[in-house]
Amino acid sequence: MFQTFPVWPERASTTAGSVDALFIFLLTLCGLMAIMIFILILVFAAKYRRSRGREAEQIEGSNALELTWSGVPLLIFMGIFVWGAAIYFKERTPPQDSAEIYTVAKQWMWKFQHMEGQREINELHVPIGRDVKMIMTSQDVIHSFYVPAFRIKQDVLPGRYTVAWFRATKAGRYHLFCAEYCGTSHSGMIGDVVVMQPAQYEQWLSGGPAAPLAQTGKQLFLSLGCSTCHRFDVQGRGPNLMNAYNRPVLLDDGRTITADENYLRESILTPAVKVVSGFKPIMPIFQGIISEEQLNALVAYIKSLNQSPEGTAGTRNTPTGSPTGQPQMMQVQ
Amino acid sequence: MATSPTPAAERENYLNTEYGIRSWLLTTDHKRIALLYLLLITFFFFIGGFFALLIRLELLTPAGDLVQADTYNKLFTMHGQVMVFFFLIPAIPAVLGNFLIPIMIGAKDLAFPRINLFSWYLLVIGGLLMMYTILTGGADTGWTFYPPFSTAFAKSQVVTAALAIFVAGFSSILTGLNFIVTIHRMRAPGMTWSRLPLFVWANYATSIIQVLGTPVLAITLMLVALDRLFDFGIFDPQRGGDPLLFQHLFWFYSHPAVYIMILPGMGVVSEVVSCFSRKRIFGYKFMALALIAIAVLGFLVWAHHMFVAGISLYAALVFSLLSYLVAVPSAIKVFNWTATMYKGSISYATPMLYAFGFIGLFTMGGLTGLFLAALGVDVHVTDTYFVIAHFHYIMVGGMVMAYIGGLHFWWPKISGRMYPEAWGKLAALIIFVGFNLTFFPQFVLGYLGMPRRYWQYSPEFQVLNVLSTAGATILAVGYVLPMVYFLWSMRYGKVADENPWGAAGLEWMTASPPPIFNFDETPVVTWEAYDYANLKEVAVEP
Amino acid sequence: MGMWVFLITEIMFFGGMFTAYMVYRYMYYQAFVAGSEKMDFWWGTINTVVLICSSLTMALAVRSSQIGQRKALVVLLIITMLFGCVFMGIKAIEYTGHWKEHQFPGTNFHFEGPDPQHVEIFFSLYWAMTGFHALHMLIGIIIVGVIAFYSWRGKYGPDYYNPVENVGLYWHFVDMVWIYLYPLLYLISHKHGG
Repeated sequence: MFQTFPVWPERASTTAGSVDALFIFLLTLCGLMAIMIFILILVFAAKYRRSRGREAEQIEGSNALELTWSGVPLLIFMGIFVWGAAIYFKERTPPQDSAEIYTVAKQWMWKFQHMEGQREINELHVPIGRDVKMIMTSQDVIHSFYVPAFRIKQDVLPGRYTVAWFRATKAGRYHLFCAEYCGTSHSGMIGDVVVMQPAQYEQWLSGGPAAPLAQTGKQLFLSLGCSTCHRFDVQGRGPNLMNAYNRPVLLDDGRTITADENYLRESILTPAVKVVSGFKPIMPIFQGIISEEQLNALVAYIKSLNQSPEGTAGTRNTPTGSPTGQPQMMQVQ
Repeated sequence: MATSPTPAAERENYLNTEYGIRSWLLTTDHKRIALLYLLLITFFFFIGGFFALLIRLELLTPAGDLVQADTYNKLFTMHGQVMVFFFLIPAIPAVLGNFLIPIMIGAKDLAFPRINLFSWYLLVIGGLLMMYTILTGGADTGWTFYPPFSTAFAKSQVVTAALAIFVAGFSSILTGLNFIVTIHRMRAPGMTWSRLPLFVWANYATSIIQVLGTPVLAITLMLVALDRLFDFGIFDPQRGGDPLLFQHLFWFYSHPAVYIMILPGMGVVSEVVSCFSRKRIFGYKFMALALIAIAVLGFLVWAHHMFVAGISLYAALVFSLLSYLVAVPSAIKVFNWTATMYKGSISYATPMLYAFGFIGLFTMGGLTGLFLAALGVDVHVTDTYFVIAHFHYIMVGGMVMAYIGGLHFWWPKISGRMYPEAWGKLAALIIFVGFNLTFFPQFVLGYLGMPRRYWQYSPEFQVLNVLSTAGATILAVGYVLPMVYFLWSMRYGKVADENPWGAAGLEWMTASPPPIFNFDETPVVTWEAYDYANLKEVAVEP
Repeated sequence: MGMWVFLITEIMFFGGMFTAYMVYRYMYYQAFVAGSEKMDFWWGTINTVVLICSSLTMALAVRSSQIGQRKALVVLLIITMLFGCVFMGIKAIEYTGHWKEHQFPGTNFHFEGPDPQHVEIFFSLYWAMTGFHALHMLIGIIIVGVIAFYSWRGKYGPDYYNPVENVGLYWHFVDMVWIYLYPLLYLISHKHGG
């Protein structure tokens, strides 16, 4: 009945160490603070215990003390804030060349799509030492992707992508928990993250037939008719998607936004919300027609279109965000 | 003090001035209304407590073997909703505040006595709706009602639960309104703002929060109900809605709500500590300002419940920073209470034991708030048992102890009788031990990674869960004891005189229990608050 | 003072919905324009005028109570109620129209044009905001009626007109809410296109 009795979670990621460091600092600081208060109270209670012949000394207060014990904690708190913020900043900024894994959460399971095509349910294989970026969405309600050994957690929302990243440092099998209450089997929506040595991971990847995600996306792009309007050779009825990902986009209401994953997703599911300048809002709605997994494949495909250095027309491959803010591609010339 | 005081029964007071159920159900006397509230919230405390016991029983084993998953989900939801809205929020203001504020400021009653009674009836109606919800299966959304689960997926009594809380919310709003007007307009001559007891300041600050924050919860719950009833889709991403909007609206109230719960407790502690140190509270001005600061700053930190919810990085930074700011006035209060004891004349009467418990446990709870405000740490511990431990330390270790301590402190005034002191001390000790055993292991569980709202859990968490459940049973015993001896004391307790503690404050200058209009004549105040320098020493058993 | 504090709670109550409105309008401006175009400009404008007039009669009623003119007080209160009823009547006409046009969110909803999803959100907010406003109007009409009755009985005069004043405050507040609702719901598209 009573298994091993851990009091500290394992550390298996680069983040874990820094989180633990701050935590231990806080434990020490707050522990000392609490002990100090306890001791003072106990000492005062004992030393100034009511006794005949001694009256309480009425002390109004002391501005100096008040300012001190407001100011000093404030400074300490600011320090803690900065430290915590620094860790958080790092946690929310995935490194540029992270390996991407698309995640679809649903009641009550975790579905993972590796770029290489592997699909997993409730188990996630990753290699040690590689930055991994989870691009996550939910099919139904809010869930939360939580790996205690990595010290990371990110809510997974329906209707948009949220992102979490980590770099595993120790081989092993670690708990994956859903951390946002999602209904009946919330406590059953658990799994394992399996961290492997890079060689073993490559082996695991190659075992089993699977088309790379972007390729699946390309097939969908053709079969769903996207290529009818989104052409690469001539100007079609829809914007050219070559090198479109993460570039600025001028919309018909004058706003300029960046074509990130969430924009791509929204443009497929409910295109009329943001219409590119110079184009008509004629794109059909794909919400309810394609699944989250198919959507992930399409997004992966469109992102892959950024990789071809030659592109179709040389003038189109201009770099991102020129200083004048002129969006390059996504408007009628 | 040589002759024994006249027992209440022989003197006209608010309890015996009229008998019969109509005189209670149609009363406009704030003191009787306070007792009506006492009955109501005690009832709900035990309902919520019962759910808690079931939760802890289930968690004795890693597998879900006591109740089904859906039932468990309803248990923690109803535990939270009942405890928060039908016990914690009303408790000190509606029981102690209602009873004491008019007396403490030298008034005959509150500004709007009939609205006061109406507030009670609103809580009754809300309570009936909540009982209906429970008896028809309960809601299973968590007390936080997050959509789209609550609007489009939950197959439980969400709408009735939301309605119940909506109605209870208006009870809270009207009480706050009543207190604000009363404190502004009905102070006795000479009772200036700077002479008010800190208990009054605390309830004033609380009332501001109640009045400003609760309506936002009301409309948010209404939108959820509309979404469920008429399929509005306002929070449903499939229909273009934004679930995060709900979270912002919900927490905009629910964070200040926790200050509604704790500020009155702080007020009680100030009264108790100063009385049982026989000293004016250290730094009165700072204490009053700190209360207001907490109330104001409390409105600016709501999104610290959403650091991993999908808000922007920059928003998170802002809210983390602000959360640290609100910690400062709370720290000030703890230091001031401690300083009040310095060179005081300290008695260990039961109320003071509860105050000690409050200071210790609130400090621990508050300090763990620092952990949660630290963004990097919060990512790991949010939505785990660490958070559960944090807020129970403050709400149960803090607020409930303050409430029970306050009940003990003012019991002679309310009932005209003393509770049995030895039992009082024993219960306080049992509660303190039980509480720590229940909730300290949960900090460890949280850091280990056990998420909250889990019906079944990973086996390595079991030992800590067993400890926690053991503590809960001890805590339950501790809570039952005062119930029993308070009732006992009403018949057999030692008759109390006007001021058995030798405390400062207008409430101790009138009979125990007070006459129906509180004072025989309107007091004229010419002294400062906590005037212990001029109060005669009273031999209290230490 | 109590009434002022109560009105502050009402501001917070409606404030929640206004916040939701602001957020969604920012996110889905075009859809809000499209939804607003479906509003009946004339009914909305007439209603606004009606409410402003009712606030005038309410203010005059308060004045009458202050100077002890009982008859004028009763008459003005009744006229205020009548204006309120006209408002409710017009809203009933509008609501029926919207319902027939499938502009009530839910399974019945239908909108021709791009982005119907977010137009539905506009309508959700329309129904919720004007619905709660109408509820407050209804309560107001009833309360004014009660006050009118007591006025007729001679309860109010220069030495005691507090309740009239308080009801007046409440009435003006409900009017103010409409003054904000009207442009936000009815005037978006006209501002946009003329």
